[in-house]
Amino acid sequence: MSAFFIMIGASLLLAIGFLIAFIWSVKSNQYEDDYTPSVRMLFENTTIQEKDKNKDTPIKSTKTK
Amino acid sequence: MIQDIKTATHCYHCGENCEDSIITIKDKQFCCRGCKTVYEIINKNNLCSYYDLESNPGINQKQIIREGKFDFLDDEKIIDKLVHFKDDTQQHVIFYLPQMHCSSCIWILEHLDKINSGIIKSQVNFIKKEVTLIFHYPQTSLKKAAESLALIGYEPHISLNDTGGNKIKKTDTKRIIKLGIAGFCFGNIMMLSFPDYFSFGKTEDPELKQWFSYLNLVLSLPVFFYSASEFFISGYKGLRQKFLNIDTPIALAVLITFTRSVYEILSQTGAGYLDSMSGIVFFMLIGRYFQNRTYQSISFDRDFKSYFPLGVVKINENNRETQISVADLKQGDRIKIYNDEIIPADSILFLGKAMIDYSFVTGESLPVEKTIGEIVYAGGKQTSGAIELEVVKKISQSYLTQLWNNDIFKESKERSNTPFIHQVSRYFSYVLFSIAGITGIFWSINNPSKIGNAVTSILIVACPCALLLSSTFTNGNMIRILNKYKLYVKNASVIENMADIDTIIFDKTGTITEQTKSGICFKGQDLSDEQTQLIRSLANQSNHPLSKSIASFLPFSKSLNVKFYNEFKGYGTSAVINTHFVKMGSAGFVTDKNNFSANPGSKIYASIDNEFIGCFIIKNSYRKDLQKIVSALGSQYKLKILSGDNPSEEPYLKTVFGNATEMLFDQKPENKLNFIRSLQNNGSKVLMIGDGLNDAGALKQSNVGIAISDNTNNFSPACDAILSGTNFTILRELIQYCCKQKQIIYSSFALSILYNVAGLYFAVQGNLKPVIAAILMPVSSLSIVLLTTGLSSLYELKLKHKN
Repeated sequence: MSAFFIMIGASLLLAIGFLIAFIWSVKSNQYEDDYTPSVRMLFENTTIQEKDKNKDTPIKSTKTK
Repeated sequence: MIQDIKTATHCYHCGENCEDSIITIKDKQFCCRGCKTVYEIINKNNLCSYYDLESNPGINQKQIIREGKFDFLDDEKIIDKLVHFKDDTQQHVIFYLPQMHCSSCIWILEHLDKINSGIIKSQVNFIKKEVTLIFHYPQTSLKKAAESLALIGYEPHISLNDTGGNKIKKTDTKRIIKLGIAGFCFGNIMMLSFPDYFSFGKTEDPELKQWFSYLNLVLSLPVFFYSASEFFISGYKGLRQKFLNIDTPIALAVLITFTRSVYEILSQTGAGYLDSMSGIVFFMLIGRYFQNRTYQSISFDRDFKSYFPLGVVKINENNRETQISVADLKQGDRIKIYNDEIIPADSILFLGKAMIDYSFVTGESLPVEKTIGEIVYAGGKQTSGAIELEVVKKISQSYLTQLWNNDIFKESKERSNTPFIHQVSRYFSYVLFSIAGITGIFWSINNPSKIGNAVTSILIVACPCALLLSSTFTNGNMIRILNKYKLYVKNASVIENMADIDTIIFDKTGTITEQTKSGICFKGQDLSDEQTQLIRSLANQSNHPLSKSIASFLPFSKSLNVKFYNEFKGYGTSAVINTHFVKMGSAGFVTDKNNFSANPGSKIYASIDNEFIGCFIIKNSYRKDLQKIVSALGSQYKLKILSGDNPSEEPYLKTVFGNATEMLFDQKPENKLNFIRSLQNNGSKVLMIGDGLNDAGALKQSNVGIAISDNTNNFSPACDAILSGTNFTILRELIQYCCKQKQIIYSSFALSILYNVAGLYFAVQGNLKPVIAAILMPVSSLSIVLLTTGLSSLYELKLKHKN
């Protein structure tokens, strides 16, 4: 039976971890705008000029959140 | 109407038809110089992906932004009010860009640093149509940042309202966190209670069971003290105001459930009902969240401040022009108003030709010509070049803004009518308390040891949360569906009020007429193509709004050479075009006779080589299917018209609305407000449908005020709901849909009574097992949610059919 105590404790800790992650995501305004990021992620990260220069190498994101 | 059958060339930048002139660079065509310039800037900065993401994403640049328009953004005081973060090197500002409409817009705005290297970061919130700019201070300034935006066609909208404070609107994060915590605790308590449900009271391992109970107790603390706090606060407030709202019995039920559970767990007599309690709190919070989700992109509380500009050009004594904040305008100041700008304060025309469009302020459909020395009122829009004015009244005291001093703007709309769900909950409470009382008396006679158990069980199981759930989920879903049909309501009580109305009042200009176009028809001899072009070329010369609309009415085929152009103010224009002498204007001016009657300004006469060829009649263009809507609504409601315009359209409106309909014209904003108030005093429930600032008082005073807007990004005055002009045709269906709200709530309420009876059956006997409560609670909640959303979606079919 003692396995129960450990397992329940572990599952609660895991769940609390998710709860904290959720609260953090709310506090850091991730629910402020739920549309623009979905469009933004579809953009190419390069402007035309950069694309020409580095045709083969993927370019580091010019824009980070 | 004459059709132009010609393969149209679309502007590469804005996608508009290139009618008059086509500017070509390489293989790309542009409709105007503005569009071409923007393209060149974008091309120069290697940002042409802008055109790849969407075709013709640009904003038409025919309206050129005058130089120095943003000079007022150099003013320290204004900067302080607009930026919301500032240190030695950086400033943060949020601009509102109503032009934003597609993913290309997001892309180019987030690459603003390529155009202005002083900008460190720009981030778009598409829903709110805002861009947050972070820029390097000495390298660039607020003014330069705004100019960079204007340069690529996104002129920021900066109004007097933006100086209200550095507030950034935020979504209610607290509510979401409360919801998350309640959900977390509910899930875990449920899980820990499972062994108890299945053992049906038989204890196989008392130690484990006890341990689980204590864990449940710990998990329920945040639900009780944090998540459920709003029910306690609101219930307590209600009690203090001697008003029994729906939160009072809910708070009582939660409190009793919690204390009884704590007692049972600590005294080791039972497992308590913590699972049911946290579940109920979780579901009720979801319901409230669902109902109160707001539209970030729409503002319902705008007053004249968001319509007025922030900066204005002031002319100093030594004729120097400086930009000052509108709020600092004093009596006697000389100001300069450019084309398409709004007059910020009541003033006297000092210099220039004023042609003021008051349609938004008073409802007059045609621009009014003013001569030097005449007074021009705040809120009017100058439409013919720059003018100079002398301010006679401060902005807060002007004719238009005085409307906002009316008491009606100081109180909130929810003044008298309490939502009916509160009234229903009151009866519910009475019934509940009497059942509890009777049970208590019964057991006190038969078996006093069961009193506490039975009475608390009743209060636990018959929580009015079913009521709250039915109303919040019904309202939430209805708001969502109405939103789909472009009726954006401010909150749930609007739906309820809509069901009660018996009188509908329409404003004329912009409400039952289209805001953008006015209809033109030509009466006279049939025009040959050459004649058409002669008149069009003449009309094209003048900036007079009537000339402009005639020019856009007539099709274009070729440019003609215009000589000896003359404009006679207040009369008309004349010119020699291709050796023909063309005249256009008022009857007297064109025909040299005065026997042509009818209202001036709405008829334009034209002659070629002194031969009268006919006249253009400019009519208000009414919304499509007006006749149908009016007759449909007329059978159910009393209809009235309340217009700020002159009564010239009255005969036509009589044919549409019928002779019995009351029509009032030349109404000032206060008249409109008072008219509605007097109707209400006679017991009417009024729905006001308007669009402009002149309707603001009436919209506020009415039981439900709907603002019609052809473009929801445009300014619309404070109101309860905003309806898109395109869906004006289904107004009747929308109102009828709102009327279904009560019916849906009642039927789900009937369902919840069934569950309550089942629960009470166990509760009055004093043997409500936690497992029964734990089954009843989610089953009843879920079935209510399904029923309400199902019914409200079912009634939507009718709307769908009509649409």
